[in-house]
Amino acid sequence: MCGIVGLFLKDKALEPKLGAMLSEMLICLTDRGPDSAGIAIYGAPSGNEAKITIQSPKPERDFRGLDAELAKAIGAPVSIAAKSTHAVIRTTPDKVDAARAALQSLRPDVRVMGAGEAVEIYKEVGLPEAVVDRFDVRKMTGTHGIGHTRMATESAVTTMGAHPFSTGADQCLVHNGSLSNHNNVRRELVREGMTFETENDTEVAAAYLSSQMAHGKNLGEALEGTLSDLDGFFTFVVGTKNGFGVVRDPIACKPAVMAETDQYVAFGSEYRALTKLPGIDNARVWEPEPATVYFWEH
Amino acid sequence: MPATFKATHDQSPSQASRVFDLDVQSLRELNQALHKLTAGSNETAWEVLNPKGNHSVAVGVDQPVSIDVRGSVGYYCGGMNSGSAITVHGSAGPGVGENMMAGSITVKGDASQYAGATGKGGLLVIEGNASSRCGISMKGIDIVVHGNIGHMSAFMAQSGNLVVLGDAGDALGDSIYEARLFVRGKVDSLGADCIAKEMRPEHIDLLQGLLDRAGVTGVKPSEFKRYGSARTLYNFNIDNADAY
Repeated sequence: MCGIVGLFLKDKALEPKLGAMLSEMLICLTDRGPDSAGIAIYGAPSGNEAKITIQSPKPERDFRGLDAELAKAIGAPVSIAAKSTHAVIRTTPDKVDAARAALQSLRPDVRVMGAGEAVEIYKEVGLPEAVVDRFDVRKMTGTHGIGHTRMATESAVTTMGAHPFSTGADQCLVHNGSLSNHNNVRRELVREGMTFETENDTEVAAAYLSSQMAHGKNLGEALEGTLSDLDGFFTFVVGTKNGFGVVRDPIACKPAVMAETDQYVAFGSEYRALTKLPGIDNARVWEPEPATVYFWEH
Repeated sequence: MPATFKATHDQSPSQASRVFDLDVQSLRELNQALHKLTAGSNETAWEVLNPKGNHSVAVGVDQPVSIDVRGSVGYYCGGMNSGSAITVHGSAGPGVGENMMAGSITVKGDASQYAGATGKGGLLVIEGNASSRCGISMKGIDIVVHGNIGHMSAFMAQSGNLVVLGDAGDALGDSIYEARLFVRGKVDSLGADCIAKEMRPEHIDLLQGLLDRAGVTGVKPSEFKRYGSARTLYNFNIDNADAY
């Protein structure tokens, strides 16, 4: 099964509530996936700061003193804000690659969940409510976000196997379904120089989109490519720095409902995930068509 | 939680309907109360408030009561219905009226995938659009959709009637047996072994009866095309072995 949600705000007044709204949407779908849960929140990019969300199995050991060590290693200011097993590192945008490289030697057990100017990603094994509480997601402000609660089929139930998967700056993806040609696509992407953290099919879909966008395609065009290049069942919801997209495979057996008002565009695996949104009774509610790309950008 | 009673505006005050508010009462309480109904019960009118996309609202009801659901429902609303008249004043999630045996279900909004799947009897009316696989494996149910239906509808449909006032998506009636399909708009494509058929007088009469039962007015049976089985897949043909 799996449950996925997405929320793209048009009304700036709702931005302080993004974390709370998205959390409620995801918790509504808890019975679609009890294994792990995750949320990506996009805050407004400041232009002179990049964020790297990291995770550690031993956060007390790994996060202590990391800011000073990392600042020394990359020669730029670094701040770090820890939240349970995750932490967000802030530094200058031109030092992201250097910081990621330095992390590998300074803290070999630390994993990068995602990086970019806007995105923060929190994901762990457990139910949506536990994950949301653990990372205080309800208090988060942002412009758009996506979330996932997982019923695992294609790879192990681990933190790294949880969604969202991020494989490019400010890009991430959640998936309901299963891909059957992910090993082939992974091999092709590895040949291009991409690296993978897991054996998971969804990570391949995320990397596929990152690769397409790195070759100059926009989000809509990259999503269009999944229809011919990825084989299997999927409803994808994708976030980028300023956008949010949805695509379903041509068979479209994985459910999807969308709602749009003057204030937001929302996605849920089921309508019940949308029922607490403001103005939902007068929203335009529809089921996205199979093999049709939808995307919105700020 | 005690049940509350109130008079509804479209009934005389003597016929109070029994109201369940799913914001304060559980779905299980609702369905258990409906399942406890026996023949001749005076509780013939039911109203469900705040369904909010819940699954399995009013499944398995086997008495001829009316149930008004005020809002949109999730999966399997009215599944296995066997005699009640359910009206969803909103949209329905996947599998509305799945395996219905008798009675009726009317959805005022849209229906998600596999509406009326495997239904054996009764009438399912979708006043909006139905998405993919509408009437999949239908076995005697009558389905009337005011809007359009999605791809793979009436897949392996065995008997019953599917009436569509709008358009049908790809692969309509793939591997169909003996169900009758009537479509007023365009059909994106027909599935394997499904063909257009002549509208004979008996089909005009049948379709008029279905439109009347579904409360459709201003639409003539002659505006529809009939589709059904070419009956070439009924038996294994050795020449088709490569196709398997």
